[in-house]
Amino acid sequence: MSDDRMTATPAAAAGAAAPTWEPQIIAFCCNYCAYAAADLAGSQRRQYPVNVRIIHAPCTGKIEMEHILDAFLKGIDGVLVAGCLEGGCHFLEGNLRARKRTDRIREMLEEIGVGADRLKMVNLSAAMAPTFVESVQGIVDTVRALGPSPLRDSRPPESEGKE
Amino acid sequence: MIVASPKPITELRELIAGHEKVLFAGCGTCVTVCLAGGEREVGIAGYAVRMARKLEGEALELTQVTIERQCENEFIKDLAEPAADVDAIVSFGCGVGVQAIAERFPDMPVYAGLDTQFMGLLEEQAIWTEKCLGCGDCVLAEYGGICPVTRCAKRLLNGPCGGSTEEACEVDPDRPCAWQLIYTRLKNIGQLDRLEEVAPPKDWSTSWHAGARKVVRKEHRV
Repeated sequence: MSDDRMTATPAAAAGAAAPTWEPQIIAFCCNYCAYAAADLAGSQRRQYPVNVRIIHAPCTGKIEMEHILDAFLKGIDGVLVAGCLEGGCHFLEGNLRARKRTDRIREMLEEIGVGADRLKMVNLSAAMAPTFVESVQGIVDTVRALGPSPLRDSRPPESEGKE
Repeated sequence: MIVASPKPITELRELIAGHEKVLFAGCGTCVTVCLAGGEREVGIAGYAVRMARKLEGEALELTQVTIERQCENEFIKDLAEPAADVDAIVSFGCGVGVQAIAERFPDMPVYAGLDTQFMGLLEEQAIWTEKCLGCGDCVLAEYGGICPVTRCAKRLLNGPCGGSTEEACEVDPDRPCAWQLIYTRLKNIGQLDRLEEVAPPKDWSTSWHAGARKVVRKEHRV
């Protein structure tokens, strides 16, 4: 899987620009659990907010810190990382690594002033569709309460770097 | 290897305050291995700083380049092109790298992006410990390969202090007593008799105490 496919774009997440603000959330979902749980939620006709766009990851261990930071720099309002239950990772410890990375990014977001609560990680199994729906609803509610990301382009000027 | 740790994002942000075009220079040697200043860490620091600057509403044009080694002029040459169009350089090398780059670019502000710590060993994933102080007169042969100069908090050369236990140093309960390690090691290799010799006061003139040192190897000079 190429790194490009792991890169979020808020515009893609939002679709057309909405006249009133709605939270834009990216959910990085592990193929073996969260993505399957999201699929199951759909099969069961469970409703969850449309603010979330899913990025299908082979494992949460594939999600590097840069992927999440890139989404925030581009102005995403919140990120959900959804991985397997601890001890249940298809690749043994990918979800444990993802937990450490998300914890570190939460610290960074707090220090930068974006706010740690905009990033959340959950652990669930492929059968836990209700948990997936609750997690999505939870982060949407949290981000809605926090308001738009201060890094949204409508506020300060863009400061993209070059590699 | 030389072990360093990243500076807080706030400090990085303050370092480059007032500079619009900045070069983040990583180093591909020691600080890459200790996960502090390699290409990946420079990238992550770049994201953090760009976010911080965006929040302040100030523009930042950030260039990121990681070279093989910042402590050799031969490799620093690779920074000449990316550095041509920036206002300041933040070096993510050790203190040696920062100074080497500063010498190479005399008209450019060069800042340290890391806190350089010590010469050490990777004990396990993401844990490093100090092993060598670079005293310039190695005594490891007399102490079974365990350095009392570096690893004994009091730098004792003739046995442990009264605060030693079999487990830990009295200064830091998380640190093993170097003299306990020396005793066990010498016993294991059958050289306990080395402890019967009294070590004279160490000659510290070879160490840092008289200022920065210099090594000249005339057989290799050209």
